[in-house]
Amino acid sequence: MFKPLGDTALLVELGNDINPIINQRVHALNFLLQNINGIIETVPAYCTLLIHYDSLNFSFHQIKTLVEEKMNQLNKMNQETARRHEVKVRYGNASNSDIEIVASSKNISIADVIQIHTEKEYRIYMMGFTPGFPYMGILDERLNMPRLQTPRTLVRAGSVAIAGAQTGIYPLDSPGGWHIIGWTSLKLFDPNSETPFLFSPGDVVKFIPEE
Amino acid sequence: MLKVIDSSGLISFQDLGRRSFQSFGVPVSGAMDWFAHQVANELVGNSKNATTLEIGLGEITLHALRDTTVAVTGAGYEIQNYVWTFPLWTSFYVRAGWHVQIKKISGGNWAYLAIAGGFDVPQVLGSSSTYIRGGLGNVIQVGDILQSGKPSTELTKLAARDFPVQKFMQYSQTPTIDVIAGPQRARFDNAFFENEYMLSKSFDRMGYRLEGKEIESNDKSELISEGMTRGSIQITNQGQPIVMMADSSTTGGYPKIANVIKADLPLLAQCEAEKSKIKFREVSLEEAREKLKETSEVWRMK
Repeated sequence: MFKPLGDTALLVELGNDINPIINQRVHALNFLLQNINGIIETVPAYCTLLIHYDSLNFSFHQIKTLVEEKMNQLNKMNQETARRHEVKVRYGNASNSDIEIVASSKNISIADVIQIHTEKEYRIYMMGFTPGFPYMGILDERLNMPRLQTPRTLVRAGSVAIAGAQTGIYPLDSPGGWHIIGWTSLKLFDPNSETPFLFSPGDVVKFIPEE
Repeated sequence: MLKVIDSSGLISFQDLGRRSFQSFGVPVSGAMDWFAHQVANELVGNSKNATTLEIGLGEITLHALRDTTVAVTGAGYEIQNYVWTFPLWTSFYVRAGWHVQIKKISGGNWAYLAIAGGFDVPQVLGSSSTYIRGGLGNVIQVGDILQSGKPSTELTKLAARDFPVQKFMQYSQTPTIDVIAGPQRARFDNAFFENEYMLSKSFDRMGYRLEGKEIESNDKSELISEGMTRGSIQITNQGQPIVMMADSSTTGGYPKIANVIKADLPLLAQCEAEKSKIKFREVSLEEAREKLKETSEVWRMK
């Protein structure tokens, strides 16, 4: 479960599956490893934690021992609450909206797409791809869409999109291969702000349809 | 103070990278050739993380508005200062009114210009490194005035200093690059370690696509996205390697056969498209650490 990723990072595998329990353990371990001498930064993902360490002053073995000690505490940690965000979405209103394609390929109405997408809360399993991009799940199977055959070269910031069991929001104008179903005016990433990122990995998001 | 008279290619400010925001999806960025960046700073008396100008696959002409001392390191470039041609890996005095030209030749991709006192560039998320895809930092344009900070000592004392790079970094277009086996090494056959690969035309600060013998996989199951790092070698569904470089995404979903060790990243960074013949050799973490210690120590010129 401990694997080197080159000579400057250690990958901890906590499971092999996208589920909230494994991901909670990833975030708990991530929390325990903040501000520790020798650890430069950590990257939580669905079921792994990547630990970037100072390899000039610490060996892989030293870091591994340090992480193992913290892992003993994992079972004692319980997450009672998560930071919760409400995101207002104008469904179907994005430039290049695919909501009609999603509805017709799933044999449901656009109203159904909106209803299914907004009925539950989503956990931010990880962030990646581009600064501030939240990978959220688990999306209802009725909205399970493959990625686009050919990714778009430009997806507008604020676009709300789905792919497989995931949903996400594009924080920046960027290329993108997910089906776009709506748009939010929320700014997910502002590099010059005191708090540059609206979300953190581990947070919970609820989408609210906006007329 | 330098004014940009002419420029082409990919020219940006870089330091050693943007740390502690990878969990939010922000790439580290920083100099493609961290070794050359550090030595350039050392030659003109700066700290190793001071901001340098990275010249990639292009050329730049600068006009000095004040007397200054600069150093240029890297591979694949030559320098003209006033009427003189200078070698890389030296520092030299530049008088107000002179032009400094950094010209592309063969043998590498990236050059680093450090100025005594370091370039004075706004920090975004704790770093001056430019990350163009994310809109972070500055893209250099003709007409820009590049400000610098206060030199650590007299300019003349910092000029005419040499660094014997050949002793410490064997830049080559036929390098053997040391790697650590990756988390998904077991999925693949040995083709990657037994054949030469060439850098394709498709490369940038984010990743180097390599071409060579197809790498066969015995496990095509999709990987759940996980963290990756500079030097991570992903194998695409077509069996070709992509090495993640300075602007690497923080996470990825392709399996990783290996990871280039930090000490050898500069060698790979300077491999030229469609010319280089690259071999990869698996080493232990202990060997990698020894090599990193050696290369990290030498740039201190005391």
